Amino acid sequence: MFKHDKVEKNIGLMGVLIAVVISFGGIAEIVPLMFDAQIVEPLPGMKPYPPLELAGRDVYVSEGCYNCHSQMIRTLQSETARYGHYSVAGESVYDHPHQWGSKRTGPDLARVGGRYSDEWHRVHMNDPRAVVPESNMPGYPWLADRFFDAEDVKNRMRALRTLGHPYSDEDIDSATDALRGKSEMDALIAYLQGLGKYTPKSEPAAETTAAAADGEPLAAKVDASSTAGGD
Amino acid sequence: MSSAMSWLVILLAVINVVGVVWLLIVTAQKAPEDNDATATTGHAWDGDLVEYNKPLPRWWLWLFIGTVIFAIIYLVLYPGFGKYAGVLGWNQNSDHAAAVAVAEEKASTIMAQFDGKPLPALAADLKAQSIGRNVFANNCATCHGSDARGNPGFPNLADNDWIWGGAPENVLSSIVDGRTAVMPPLGAALGEQGVTDVTAYIRSLSGLSHDTRAAAAGGERYATLCIACHAADATGNPLLGAPNLADNIWLYGSDAATIAEGINYGRYGQMPAHGPIIGEQRARLVAAYVLHLSQQSGGASASAGGSR
Repeated sequence: MFKHDKVEKNIGLMGVLIAVVISFGGIAEIVPLMFDAQIVEPLPGMKPYPPLELAGRDVYVSEGCYNCHSQMIRTLQSETARYGHYSVAGESVYDHPHQWGSKRTGPDLARVGGRYSDEWHRVHMNDPRAVVPESNMPGYPWLADRFFDAEDVKNRMRALRTLGHPYSDEDIDSATDALRGKSEMDALIAYLQGLGKYTPKSEPAAETTAAAADGEPLAAKVDASSTAGGD
Repeated sequence: MSSAMSWLVILLAVINVVGVVWLLIVTAQKAPEDNDATATTGHAWDGDLVEYNKPLPRWWLWLFIGTVIFAIIYLVLYPGFGKYAGVLGWNQNSDHAAAVAVAEEKASTIMAQFDGKPLPALAADLKAQSIGRNVFANNCATCHGSDARGNPGFPNLADNDWIWGGAPENVLSSIVDGRTAVMPPLGAALGEQGVTDVTAYIRSLSGLSHDTRAAAAGGERYATLCIACHAADATGNPLLGAPNLADNIWLYGSDAATIAEGINYGRYGQMPAHGPIIGEQRARLVAAYVLHLSQQSGGASASAGGSR
């Protein structure tokens, strides 16, 4: 009833059938995600990157920061205790392409905004070992000497608008002022300081740990759990 | 997941499971009817190359059946079958929440012993110091250095000099709420010569080499412009985060160029608020650790509580 001679004797047919079988896994795991990507909603209050941060994001990409830094906090206690709330899909709707990454020679940066002062970033970017002697990150001193063509950034914003980023004409026009006199260093720092700005506010691990351990600020505990429920 | 996609996944999963079972049946029943150990499949390659037609080894067959059963049980228990959430209702968010609860439980038992203890007592507590050191290494060392001795622009915390005050509550407040110090750019107000003079005056306060005439002139400019924040005797003002300029302890550097840079362009020292990041409880421990370090550095610190 079943003749596998044909398949065994015809390597071309066998190859095609193998491809069909293997594609099942891809169709089941990848195709639904591609369609779901269209329906992911931005987090409440989330806006596309302002011009300076957008320009900084492009510096981040062009310098290859993603080669050593991820922007993806997994749903593991050890990660959320260190970095903050785990990453959610809605955070990445204005990232084309996303910078999730999977390699961490350096730390994850998804929640790095506000962790350090601008000045720290400047010193650290010029020479990481000036502040962190153990660091093996290369310095990026030349970023301070490179500047933007505002028209170029405006064109990037127009291109992103075609991808559905809700930039208004005023937003795009504001790029001229926003980028005046700003170096790539300034833009990159602005981008980094904005990372995690729209983080879901519920249960940063350390905070709830502390609130629960404290015993005394019961209000904080109740507050934390109620926001966690609203996530 | 949209329901169309859900059905696609379900369909593919069913085809897969049914497909492998069917494959198993059609191949396993191909055992030679007469149980002849020398029967061949009947194919001949290269003229005389034939293969025996043996039944599948039993152990392999049972393993195969086992994997199919495993797959079915898995799809019943766990999410994977389209939108179906699985009998166990497992998902990574609740898994994470459970892991956090366990960690919180563990932390709260350890932390309970420090509750309500005043900071000076914690600073003398070896256990509090050791946990504080870990918190410091994870959160503070990137700016203040792993030995807490600071970096240019980021103060040394292991000495007895405090820009924002060294009383336990001041140190805790610096950690929890952060600090922002603003030194305005005075280059325009002072002019080039004025900056050189004031720089000389400031170096003279710490007994560093300086031009005496410039320092004298700088002293007069100091009295008009700098005195409001750094005080008449240049001992600074911890309420504003204006550092003591007369103690030969330097946040950015003591060389004339660095001092002149600060005067010309101003400084904007910023300590980010760590309350929202590490929480009050850990902030207290790290404050205790820092206080301990500064007590250790010698010098009877009246403000640090005198537990040593």
